[in-house]
Amino acid sequence: MSIIDAVLGDFFWRALIGGFGVALIAGPLGCFVVWRRMAYFGDTLAHSALLGIALSFLISVPLNLGVIITSVVLAIALMLFSRNKTLATDTLLGILAHSALAIGLVTLSFMPHVRIDLTGLLFGDLLAMNRNDLLWIYGGAVIILALLILLWRGLLMSTIHEEMARVEGIPVERLRLLLMLMFALVIAVAMKMVGVLLITALLIIPAATARRLARTPEHMAALAVVFGFVAVGGGLSMSWYLDTPAGPSVVVTAFATFLVVYASAGRLVFRI
Amino acid sequence: MNETLVAIENLSVRFDGRTVVDRVNLALHRGDIITIIGPNGAGKTTLIKAILGIQAATSGRIMRAKGLVIGYVPQHLHLESTLPLSVKRFMQLSGQPLARCISALERTGVSHLLEASVHHLSGGEQQRLLLARALVRKPDLLVLDEPAQGVDINGQAALYDLIRQLRDELNCGVIMISHDLHLVMAATDKVICLNQHVCCSGYPADISHDPAFIETFGRPVAESLAVYHHHHNHSHDLHGNVVGSGPSRSVTGHDESHAERQEGCQHEHH
Repeated sequence: MSIIDAVLGDFFWRALIGGFGVALIAGPLGCFVVWRRMAYFGDTLAHSALLGIALSFLISVPLNLGVIITSVVLAIALMLFSRNKTLATDTLLGILAHSALAIGLVTLSFMPHVRIDLTGLLFGDLLAMNRNDLLWIYGGAVIILALLILLWRGLLMSTIHEEMARVEGIPVERLRLLLMLMFALVIAVAMKMVGVLLITALLIIPAATARRLARTPEHMAALAVVFGFVAVGGGLSMSWYLDTPAGPSVVVTAFATFLVVYASAGRLVFRI
Repeated sequence: MNETLVAIENLSVRFDGRTVVDRVNLALHRGDIITIIGPNGAGKTTLIKAILGIQAATSGRIMRAKGLVIGYVPQHLHLESTLPLSVKRFMQLSGQPLARCISALERTGVSHLLEASVHHLSGGEQQRLLLARALVRKPDLLVLDEPAQGVDINGQAALYDLIRQLRDELNCGVIMISHDLHLVMAATDKVICLNQHVCCSGYPADISHDPAFIETFGRPVAESLAVYHHHHNHSHDLHGNVVGSGPSRSVTGHDESHAERQEGCQHEHH
């Protein structure tokens, strides 16, 4: 117990362990974000997380729960809205993303008694991670990894060719909803780490880096996890030695890795 | 009569009040090869999507045989360039064992591409991969949406030939959409000319004489097809039942020899 306490008692190790937990799920989920062109969707969910926090304070529920519920409601609202094709999806996402962010900020301003670290929410506060956060991250990771392993073939088939998947009896709509719920969950647990404005980067950059080297979807998901670990480890070291903010440092490391992999593998293009 | 795989009664599909498929009746039996032809916007794709069960009908009924396994060959595989995928992995996503995947690829002649990336296949190779992907599930019904698109002219004939052979091997039904009128006429048992409603349907040789067909495709097309068929009827008579390479079709033995005109077929809308 004393070793565990010694490790978890140190803020640096807590940050590292928490970061690795997030990278473990952000890798494969990030691949789906890239494959299904859902980057802007991920951004919208992340922006709505701030609204979730404001609402959690308002009705006093745990922050993570409030964020998950808000993201889920928003994801379902998006699905319903996008059936009505009057507005293009990116327009709709733009409206909802920034409205959710703005409403969140306005709501927070109505609660002056709530002392809240806005910078931490927007850009992450990885070094302030506590044991409770670790519990959320690894709880979420177990659920998401189990779902991904269980649903992998169906998710992949419906990503490759939705109609073919439907003909083969894969419940495409239900899987899409489950994938959105998983995004909501990962955003809720990763928010503390890199903040709502940088979460999408953590999903996309390791996956895009992995694309350059991968031959199969599974290979790409595994590599995305590895590059996520590299980003977390590198970012935290950078933060430690250069005294830079931890969340942005993780994203900067991820970006640097991306550049190195693409430059060393030849051209900066999305081709094999 | 062979087992009925799909029966469609009075099927209509409307989008925003616009009728795309209008009161279509159709029966598809095991062993049939039915080709749907028709101008752009005629509702061909909507009709096969309804058969596939991925397009809801506005009215009418579709009945599928119990436990019907459908192999669907879509027009294209629009694979996102960010998704790395080998032929082998794509085949395995069918949930079938590797040995069966490989024998399906062998059957369509692309097993040498097992380790290749799906992104790098030519049009013809991609169609053969999609066909293998449909085959591996041992379908009762093959549904193909313009299978020969992006395939060169020699490849097209070979592909239609392969589809016919597969029908014999699997004893399945086949329904496909095609624009390759000449090849279709040679490779099909029954042609359905669709223009929202079924303009005319019947055996290839007869349909090119049908007034509704001539009206839809124009006389030059109809005449060129009629000439073509005359030629092939002739060679058919000389050689008996032709199987294997080269276009062949079998009309003899069927009890109908005239195209079935759909009643009430009117063409005031063009």
